[in-house]
Amino acid sequence: MCGTCGCEETRAHPETVSMEQRVLAKNDHLAEHNRNWLRGREILAVNLMSSPGSGKTTLLERAIADLRHEVPLAVIEGDQATPVDADRIHATGCVAIQVNTGAGCHLDAGMLAGALEALDPRPGSVVFVENVGNLVCPALFDLGEDHRAVVMSVTEGADKPLKYPHMFRTADVVLLNKVDLLPYVDFDPGRFSRQLSQVNPVAEVLAVSATRGDGMATWYSWLRARQQVFAERVAR
Amino acid sequence: MHELAITQSIVEAVAERFGGARVYGVRMEIGKLSGVVPDAVRFCFELVTEGTTVAGARLDIDEPAGRAHCRDCGGEFELDTPILLCRCGSADVDVLAGGELRILSVEVA
Repeated sequence: MCGTCGCEETRAHPETVSMEQRVLAKNDHLAEHNRNWLRGREILAVNLMSSPGSGKTTLLERAIADLRHEVPLAVIEGDQATPVDADRIHATGCVAIQVNTGAGCHLDAGMLAGALEALDPRPGSVVFVENVGNLVCPALFDLGEDHRAVVMSVTEGADKPLKYPHMFRTADVVLLNKVDLLPYVDFDPGRFSRQLSQVNPVAEVLAVSATRGDGMATWYSWLRARQQVFAERVAR
Repeated sequence: MHELAITQSIVEAVAERFGGARVYGVRMEIGKLSGVVPDAVRFCFELVTEGTTVAGARLDIDEPAGRAHCRDCGGEFELDTPILLCRCGSADVDVLAGGELRILSVEVA
């Protein structure tokens, strides 16, 4: 017999217990740990997100070649499978680690914590996190990064910000890559900027070509400015 | 499909909080602007709960609408997608609601 009301039900009556917990609380907690870990070492972390094939790895190869004598760099590569991207970064002489997510479609804060510990980047460095190529899932997961950069290539079409609003909404900066192909594709930069401003009115757009080098200096200036703001914040 | 990871987080959080107690129902809130698809969570829930204390539990999902405040005209408006455009034409808006992704309560015995 039930001990609560005397009915014949042998199992206890379920009771409703308030929980009020954010689903991503655990990830966000780990992300905060990462943020503190990075800040303690004065490491600026930039999370690069995009669809597959937008040119993230090529962008990093070029940035490493151009910036390696200016600032220590390290790269965390996220992909479902293969060490191909980390191998490409290693070939430049830069320290890198590959995270394979298996069936997973994004990096989460726990994965980044493991990668940071294994990679152990030098204090004062800039860490680039190349997220899994996916314009949807990575947007939801805070890794503890300081900035989010969405890389989009002109071959993908100007309508992407409205089609993938969650991703573009979280960006601090949008790197519009492969601008060397603009003469050959139907891409309207004005339309792209208008669409982007409807989901994210504050993100900067930097037009670049990772293969030819156009606009890369502007991106480096953006990074240096972020580094300076970060250093001032850490010093406080 | 980040809903699989999201659903795993839900089940882990519930199991962590209530230990070995049997869970009969989970009530959650997935806002229209959260970037999470409730039907996909429902689909994953049965798979993820299998063999856990949450197996067989009912999943109720509230879906609060998105609401935003326009800093230019001062008006409030509803939105179902994160396209932050007020009727006055301004995109300078604050999102007030719709981003919720929370476990509200659990039926447990």
